[in-house]
Amino acid sequence: MDRKKFYTRFKALKISLLAGFVFIISTGSLKAAADPASEGDHGSFNPGALIDHHIKDSHSWEITHGVTVPLPIIVYSEEKGLDIFMSSNFQNEHHEPVPYKGYVMDHDHITLEGGAHVLDFSITKNVLFLFINSIILILLFMAVAKSYKKDPLKAPKGLQSFFEPIIIFVRDDIVKPNIGPKYERYLPYMLTLFFFIWFGNMLGLLPGAANLTGNIAVTMVLAVFSWVITVSTGNRAYWSHIFDPLGSSMGWGGKFFLYLILWPIEIIGIFTKPFSLMIRLFANITAGHVIILSILSLTFIAESFAVGILSAVFATVMNMLELFVAILQAYVFTLLSSMYFGEAVQEVEHH
Amino acid sequence: MDLVTPDIGLIFWQTVVFLIVFAVLAVFVWKPVASALKTRETAIADSLKAAELAKEEMAQIKEDNEYLLQEARMERDKMLKEALSTANQIKEDARAETSVIADRMIADAKNAIEGEKKAALQEVKSLVASLSLDIAEKLLREKLSDDKSQKDLIEKFLKEVKVN
Repeated sequence: MDRKKFYTRFKALKISLLAGFVFIISTGSLKAAADPASEGDHGSFNPGALIDHHIKDSHSWEITHGVTVPLPIIVYSEEKGLDIFMSSNFQNEHHEPVPYKGYVMDHDHITLEGGAHVLDFSITKNVLFLFINSIILILLFMAVAKSYKKDPLKAPKGLQSFFEPIIIFVRDDIVKPNIGPKYERYLPYMLTLFFFIWFGNMLGLLPGAANLTGNIAVTMVLAVFSWVITVSTGNRAYWSHIFDPLGSSMGWGGKFFLYLILWPIEIIGIFTKPFSLMIRLFANITAGHVIILSILSLTFIAESFAVGILSAVFATVMNMLELFVAILQAYVFTLLSSMYFGEAVQEVEHH
Repeated sequence: MDLVTPDIGLIFWQTVVFLIVFAVLAVFVWKPVASALKTRETAIADSLKAAELAKEEMAQIKEDNEYLLQEARMERDKMLKEALSTANQIKEDARAETSVIADRMIADAKNAIEGEKKAALQEVKSLVASLSLDIAEKLLREKLSDDKSQKDLIEKFLKEVKVN
């Protein structure tokens, strides 16, 4: 009994310590972000620059104020070929931007000194978090899979019992009803997509972490994968629905003139679906970050203790909402993708 | 690094890393997990079906048992009844047979007694006859010891013959 009490107290202490730590770090990084912005403006706080800095990609990982991890730069240009070096080379000991090896970096944008374009394959903050996200996914689900391989008939335990309902939810409530009998082919992709987006969203909510799933390049690649799968598995019914939606209800003489209008619409429709996927995830996650950062910025705009408390409360509530949005957007992306796959493989309906 | 312009570097890394993650998870996680889930689901469904079947079978067996018991009871009653009637029959038969035998034995005894009686009477008769003859002989010898008496007797006989 006593031990139990102690344990709960200890847990409460741990949680409050963690919360305090998180708060200190986030305010620290806020100030850190505020500093370069305020330099030019002589002390005035610029929330726009702060938010921009937070949601955009960067060549270094600023964990909190003064703690910046340099990341490797990988650039390719026709003139100089492939070059790999650390991003810290772009700063001298006074933290002033300097050119390095004929490259210059201006606001995280790297060019040759003459201004010529380079291809930038650097391990940026987002790429680093992409790696972290992927390693977490692989390690976690390898651990989960182990217990399935050991004894498939055993009741789930531990990690497995947490993820099994989610896996079954994705299978039975997202993939199966939307794709139909051929769902099994798509299941691995859908599960990977769901957990990748969910974990990426949650990772982005951590203080100091990168806004991975709120980056348009990331959501674009995911949307393109869904689009490629849709188009490449599309059957006869799918294509005839696009190019001959009227079917045998009208002769070709009449249909042709209608199709002059319909075809462009249908062809644009093929591309609007992945485009909406890309924008939806990007906008939702980025907007969540912008809202939280805006609320926290209120403290520094008002420079008031009371506002600080209030905005901390609001930001906490928003963070909780964002935790929900994290799984909701993963659900939406997966659900819409499976609906598109379902359209691509559905059998001909006989009217 | 603009907000709405995708960077070539991140596109490249996202494509490569996502494909790797997808391949690893698909082969080492989703495939075994999906098949394990399927195995477990079919096992559970089968077990439930088997349990249902067993329940039904149980009920059937119970019903059968009830029926068998009923039948056995009826059989027993019938057998008891039959046994009782057989016993009665045997008793009846035995009684009848006994009386017949007894009657016959009585009759035989009577016959034997009658025979014995007759034989005894015969013997008595012949004994009486021989005794009477002996007595008569002795008497005659006594009476006819002299001639006169002999003559008297002869005369008497003669007289009697004459009358006849």
